[in-house]
Amino acid sequence: MTWSMLFFVLVGAVSLAAAAGVVLSRQPVHSALFLLTNFATLAVLYVTLEAQFLAAAQVIIYAGGIVILILFVIMLIGGETNDFVARQRSWTRGVALGLGILLLASLSYSVFQGFNQPPADVTAIQGGIPEAVGQALFTQYLLPFELASILLLVALLGALVLGRHGTVAHTGSQPASPPPSSDD
Amino acid sequence: MLQLAWLLLAFPAAGALINTFLGSRFSKPTIGWIASGTVAASFVVSLGLLLGLLGLPGEERVITLPLWDWITIGDFRAPTALLIDPLSVTMALVVTGVGALIHVYAIGYMFDDERFQRFFVYLNFFVFAMLILVMSDNFLGMYVGWEGVGLASYLLIGFWFDKRDDTYGYYADAGKKAFLVNRVGDFGMALAIMILWTSLGSVTFLDVFQAAPASLSSGVATAIALLLLLAATGKSAQIPLYVWLPDAMAGPTPVSALIHAATMVTAGIYMIARTHVLWELGPSAANLAAWIGGLTALMAASIALVQVDLKKILAYSTISQLGYMVMGVGVGAYAFGIFHLITHAFFKALLFLAAGNVMHGLHGELDIRKMGGLREKMPTTYRLFLIGALALAGFPLMSGFFSKDGILLNVFGHSPLLYAIGLFTALLTAVYSFRAVFVPFWGQPRDKHLHEHAHESPPIMTRPLWVLAILAIVGGVLNLPFVLTLERWLEPAVGEPSFHPSLALEVSLLLVSAVVALAGIYLAYARYVKEIGWARRLQNALGPLQPLVEHKYYVDEFYDAAIVQPLKALARWFAEVFDPGIIDGSVHLIGRANLAAGERLRRLHNGLVPTYALSIFVGVVVLVMYLVFG
Amino acid sequence: MVPTSYYLILSAMIFAIGAVGVLVRRNALIILMCVEMMLNSVNLTLIALSRQWGNLNGQVFVFMIMAVAAAEVAVGLAILIANTRHRESINIDEIHLLKW
Repeated sequence: MTWSMLFFVLVGAVSLAAAAGVVLSRQPVHSALFLLTNFATLAVLYVTLEAQFLAAAQVIIYAGGIVILILFVIMLIGGETNDFVARQRSWTRGVALGLGILLLASLSYSVFQGFNQPPADVTAIQGGIPEAVGQALFTQYLLPFELASILLLVALLGALVLGRHGTVAHTGSQPASPPPSSDD
Repeated sequence: MLQLAWLLLAFPAAGALINTFLGSRFSKPTIGWIASGTVAASFVVSLGLLLGLLGLPGEERVITLPLWDWITIGDFRAPTALLIDPLSVTMALVVTGVGALIHVYAIGYMFDDERFQRFFVYLNFFVFAMLILVMSDNFLGMYVGWEGVGLASYLLIGFWFDKRDDTYGYYADAGKKAFLVNRVGDFGMALAIMILWTSLGSVTFLDVFQAAPASLSSGVATAIALLLLLAATGKSAQIPLYVWLPDAMAGPTPVSALIHAATMVTAGIYMIARTHVLWELGPSAANLAAWIGGLTALMAASIALVQVDLKKILAYSTISQLGYMVMGVGVGAYAFGIFHLITHAFFKALLFLAAGNVMHGLHGELDIRKMGGLREKMPTTYRLFLIGALALAGFPLMSGFFSKDGILLNVFGHSPLLYAIGLFTALLTAVYSFRAVFVPFWGQPRDKHLHEHAHESPPIMTRPLWVLAILAIVGGVLNLPFVLTLERWLEPAVGEPSFHPSLALEVSLLLVSAVVALAGIYLAYARYVKEIGWARRLQNALGPLQPLVEHKYYVDEFYDAAIVQPLKALARWFAEVFDPGIIDGSVHLIGRANLAAGERLRRLHNGLVPTYALSIFVGVVVLVMYLVFG
Repeated sequence: MVPTSYYLILSAMIFAIGAVGVLVRRNALIILMCVEMMLNSVNLTLIALSRQWGNLNGQVFVFMIMAVAAAEVAVGLAILIANTRHRESINIDEIHLLKW
């Protein structure tokens, strides 16, 4: 077993454990922290996969942005903890587990059966440094990139509208005349 | 001029249409005169056709006037065309001539009726359909007319559909009875036409008659003739389908005179004469027709002897006389059958209309036991009725005498036994027709109140009758013995007669007929006027038969038990068991099955996001497994 | 160098764990986290295959997925908050109005 393999196995094990932790934790806060761990290990794996820019982006966007957002929401809403056993549809647990195993088995089988050739020349991707990725993004993928920025803008506005206090649910049933006072 | 023959049909049709759409704006006399005028115009056209045919040599007197193609499907062709030959023109003359007189009479008779307009629309429609029946040059067209007159008959029998009394029950039921009984006969007609088409490939009269002798086997021809006989028994009220005609008297009297005495009921005789080629190919069917006619004549005459309703007497008399005609055409005396048809149209229409006058004068009363002594109150009507009765009884030198004797003469050549039946029926005919004269018109009034209020009818209801009366007296000249004008005239259409009696036979049978008629009249005189002892004793001797005859041989009861009630039970079973159980049941089953399936499938849509996610996941797994292993 | 198939297997495992988590948990927040985890497993697959074929396209894809994931989280969390205001719960079993 080479060192790189050992490293992969260790990081992969941590990643899987964190993933299991996300699913199995009772407290949402714990889940969020396990998720953070999972994201971090994935960032490490990205480095080993010649994707340095994405590893950094992973840490910044997921760990730094999304997980923090989730933690904020948990603090806002307060985590309901006792949700693990869904009695009225308890049968779904077994079914879901069975389906997950089935999916995993199918995918593993296909990987082992049809995927054993060695990697191609990795010099082309230049280690996934920001320069290389940026070159691709701003030349060949300029249009999707701009579209992604529009998507983010829309999501921003959508989140703003949804998050506004109290008015969203009622606009549909309000009469056409403007309300007498608008102090919200 | 023959090219204008379509006008014959156009006039009554136009009259019916005009009165349908504009009649509500016209006054009653206008409606009546439009209807009568169109029929009279048709009569004029018929006269024109007659003159046109007379101008042609005998063998050219069969003309087809094509109008348009009605149905063309593959090699099946049913043209709309008129067949102008002596037979159809004769029928058209009778229909339009008698029809026009009855239309005029009906203006007076129906004047106080609230459905006056509708009556004349129906009546014109009837004339139109009857002319289609007699003028069409193919079986299909004849069938259309056949059904059309059936419809008109149904509508007019049930004309007072909202009335009911003890004689007829609901009047609408009488119409239904006529319609349903006629359906049985029409079914035979339809089958006969289908067999003709499949075996000969044509429904045109001339084609069929030309091809039939060569390519129709005797068995098939007999089958067709038997089916046509069934049709004739329905329309012309013969055994076993005669039961509708007495009930048809529920209709207004002009209807009884026009449809149920003079024209429509003779359609069967016309049809047999028209299709005589087929009957000659199936002689056993013709023989059966002759016997059915004879037995019907005898049976109906015996029933007529005991009826007390004036119109019912005439109805059974009509059945009996139709029996004579069927007997005549059955033995091959087509010309004499048509001859009797014509004279019968004259004197029976006269009798019915005179009876209508009696009914009119007595405010609807028809029971002859309540009448009596009407001679002084209604002298004109009495004379008219007497003339009709004389013709019906076969009084020597009246029209009925010659026509009936002609049939009997030919029957004698066919079967002496049948002749005996016919002769005995002639005796009964004379008795019942003069019973209908003596009891209401002679003697003392039996119902004072009724008698005092009796009155003569207005001229519009007597003048047309005088025309008919004259025709009933002199109608015999159409076909005097040895001269045989009508027979020669009809030869192009119905062929030459097969029976040629010797002079001695003919004269002796004429004398026998005359004696029988006079004897019957005397018998009625002795029994109903003088009340001589022996006549009474004769009636007492026949007493045991009376209930049987009075109940019309229980035929109606038999039909009711054997056909009507089982059918009603079947209908009830369908309505109460089959329809709610099987038909509705299957529909409900489908509905309930869908409801139940929906009730179960509804659970899938529980609105819970996880369930939907699970089903998506199941789909993903299945897809992945298909891609990996498939 | 670790073979690409190892990464793929690891990715599949994380994906399956995430999917099972989506199906068995009732807390909407945790379900959202599991969805994020599944997205990340796909990211791993794409990057691994990007190296396998020596092609940057996969990495560009991952970048796009990250943008979409960020948008999704923002909107999803906003919906959760709005829903919580409405019914004082983030239990997914109480969000059952999808049948109307």
